[in-house]
Amino acid sequence: MTATFPDAGTRQHSVGSPVSRLGGAERVTGAQKFVADVRLKDMLHVKLVTLDCGRARILDVDVSAAYEVPGVVHVLTAADLPRPVPRFGPAFADRPVLAAGETKYHGEPVAAVAAATRDAAEAGAARVVVRYEALPAVLTVDAALDPAAPLVQAPELRPGDPLARTNVLRERNFGWGDIDEARPSLVVAGEYTFPMVTHFAIEPHGAIAAADDDGLTFWSPVQHPYLLQRMMAELFDLPLSRVRVLAPDPGGAFGGKQNPKFEPLLAFLALRTGRPCRLVLTLEETFQAVRRTAARVRVRTGFSAAGDIMFHDIESDYLLGAYADIAERVVAKSNYLACGPYRVPAARIRARAILSHTTPSCAFRGFGTPQINWAVESQLDEGARRLGLDGLSIRLRSLAAKGEPVVPGDVPADGQWEQSVRKAAAAVGWSTPLPPGHGRGIACGIKSGATTGLSQSTVRLLFDGSVLVLAGTSDMGQGARTIFAQIAADELGAPLDRIRVVMGDTEIVPFDLQTSASRSTVFMGNAILHACQDIHRQLRDMAAELYGVDVAAVTVTDGMVRLPTGSRPIAEVVQASLGRLRGEVIGNGVMRKTDMPEHPLGGDPAFYEFNCTAFEAEVDTDTGEILIHKHITVGDVGRALNPLQVESQDEGAAIMGLGHTLMEQVILDGTGRILNLGALDYRIPTTKDVPLDLRAMAVENADGPGPYGAKGVSEGALLCTAPALAAAVADATGVVIRDLPLTPERVWQHLQVRRGPAAEEGAAPPRP
Amino acid sequence: MTTTRIELTVNGTAVTLTVGAHRPLLEVLRDELNLTGTKECCAVGECGACTVIVDGRPVNSCLMLAVEVSGRHVTTVEGLGCAGRMSRMQQAFLDRGAVQCGFCIPGMVVSATSLLEAEPHPSAEQVREGLSGNLCRCGGYNRIVAAVLAAAGEAPEETR
Repeated sequence: MTATFPDAGTRQHSVGSPVSRLGGAERVTGAQKFVADVRLKDMLHVKLVTLDCGRARILDVDVSAAYEVPGVVHVLTAADLPRPVPRFGPAFADRPVLAAGETKYHGEPVAAVAAATRDAAEAGAARVVVRYEALPAVLTVDAALDPAAPLVQAPELRPGDPLARTNVLRERNFGWGDIDEARPSLVVAGEYTFPMVTHFAIEPHGAIAAADDDGLTFWSPVQHPYLLQRMMAELFDLPLSRVRVLAPDPGGAFGGKQNPKFEPLLAFLALRTGRPCRLVLTLEETFQAVRRTAARVRVRTGFSAAGDIMFHDIESDYLLGAYADIAERVVAKSNYLACGPYRVPAARIRARAILSHTTPSCAFRGFGTPQINWAVESQLDEGARRLGLDGLSIRLRSLAAKGEPVVPGDVPADGQWEQSVRKAAAAVGWSTPLPPGHGRGIACGIKSGATTGLSQSTVRLLFDGSVLVLAGTSDMGQGARTIFAQIAADELGAPLDRIRVVMGDTEIVPFDLQTSASRSTVFMGNAILHACQDIHRQLRDMAAELYGVDVAAVTVTDGMVRLPTGSRPIAEVVQASLGRLRGEVIGNGVMRKTDMPEHPLGGDPAFYEFNCTAFEAEVDTDTGEILIHKHITVGDVGRALNPLQVESQDEGAAIMGLGHTLMEQVILDGTGRILNLGALDYRIPTTKDVPLDLRAMAVENADGPGPYGAKGVSEGALLCTAPALAAAVADATGVVIRDLPLTPERVWQHLQVRRGPAAEEGAAPPRP
Repeated sequence: MTTTRIELTVNGTAVTLTVGAHRPLLEVLRDELNLTGTKECCAVGECGACTVIVDGRPVNSCLMLAVEVSGRHVTTVEGLGCAGRMSRMQQAFLDRGAVQCGFCIPGMVVSATSLLEAEPHPSAEQVREGLSGNLCRCGGYNRIVAAVLAAAGEAPEETR
């Protein structure tokens, strides 16, 4: 996948300027090829066979009628697969290629029909007869923890696991200090819930697999092409060199497209049929494929009389689906930083990853932090209300200064976060008078950037001075391709329209661990920077030889080779040095963060993504509807390599945060069927839901580990949307809500309770 | 399976096709005419990704049967412009940073183009109303609205 984009006229310092998105022209003209636009000769269309049931024991699968449909080529069932049914997964190899004896969530595929046309595949799938017996499903934290609950995963799948006879996949315990020794003036306790929400990338999930004598080839808009390559190599016992992943740009991913889901199934079908097999899910099927982990969090928080946080005592229960995907790490990584960007003298954090008969939850922008942060940040507001402080002052009292620890012994605060908080407060007009009925809220959040991994890049400086940048990142809308081109433009003195960034082909492009955790600007950005510096070293040698000067006297800056006698453009040096038979200069670069086996997360944060969000809002007391007047987010970004893209990412995250705060929730019936599949019954924000005054701002101190001082961005602006808006609602109405989303119905109901004669002042009493 | 011969004009070119009576326009555009700029997301008229213009009106091409457009004029995103010869709306989307992943963008650009044809000088509120049927999960809405206003000549050049 390559693309070019026009020079915005700021070649010498492309970095830091709002250059237009590389690939943007293709997207506005419809020329961009997404996976569903890939057409291969003899390609078969695949339709999944699923049950309209949450959990079921499969008694019999009769495929004979499906084969009577003209065009149906193959029907894959578990009986066609090796025994036992192969399982895979990024952390736990627990997900079967097809349901193994039992469907464990609504929509889990039982069989798959490959046919010459989409119509034939659908007709064939409708004719597969599955006899099944519905089984009781475990759908909530409490139900899963009931000692009498059915086990979601058979204990045999969890050998050596002391929790194997429970539905708790893992329990993590973090903490420091001694909360029992603390002598707080005030302890507040609360229980908070965060619903299941789904990613709803506008591009439905899909992939194509093809098999031939060279091995397997996949077309998948996957965030981690090299992980897909590795997992398929392992599953099919092939060398990595014979598994090729072509990764078209995802049409939105948000974590949902990190890990392989249907690619193994498609590979089996491709091997059986000898033809490329393509599966593109419907939106309803996509709802049944990915979601965010739901959570119930209980917190006790101690404060000093002055409002300093003295401890948090946290019990987090995150509801995973039937298979772990990467969700156990979601729980661990987010809860490790549960106490947020503050000095907290003592903490006890118990976080459990709990299996259920629901859609397998996976990574989703924020990676577990919005859930825990909803609870812990809301606790600060509870404390502030009880102590007569406001949301800003209670946070500023405990906010970690740069260099102070947030988790003792780990990477300390890596930014001047107070600047972001004060900027957000100023933008929302924190201390200015409010119109009647309006309220304000403010909240903070931090998320750990990537903790480990390797990104490699090769940069090819061609004879005419144009440049190919090879980078294995997936550009899913965050604009990685643009950032990478900007770096190369500045380092190699090439106009942006002479740079092409080659991505999405594991056969050509060097390794990148993954596209996640807002890592790419820092990890791949540094790899590209280092590759350019490798080219600089070669240019210095070339220039020294060419012009007969000492190599120590040669430097390369701003796209020019600097000699004692004057400066020459890089391309001129390349051409003079390589001569008429031509050639190119190849640079290789790496950023590697090695494992730290003793660290609870396997590595410490490369950076923190810090955000402060503030709202001014009012509530229609007749309808419970929340009207947002101001929505401010400020990120501590280190350096905005492309301010336009940083703002766009933060605006997008902010709006996505409004989704889970105001309207989004997957609703199940008692048997585990999803009731609100689709865009009308599951609402996401539209143009009419977006605050008119939404401002995404940044603090830039060039104090990040990425190129030119950058940190990762893209997730910060949804870390604290919910607590900030709920605090504004509480400020406006006196009503404190601890369950999301803040639908008009829920807000209205709380308003009625408050107005009831027996209501306690301000809020429902906190639950112990 | 019933098939029907249809004649229509797509992006200014006369086209004759034989299509299944049940086939939505979206599928025919993408699969028969290889106009893959029109995107499929929900396929039930809820997301707007497949918006095309039929005889001057925006429609969800997933909801319209191909046989219904016989004798009519269809404009897809490819008919608005191409790289190097983009329409004013397409250029405005680019210039205003309204594009992120881009999957909703063809439908969004088509809807916005149709909106301006009906109302050349819309207010921001009218643009929000007019595009409320086009979902963007990247959350580029405010920049999209700014792009439409810019294309209408209603917005200052610099919104950043």
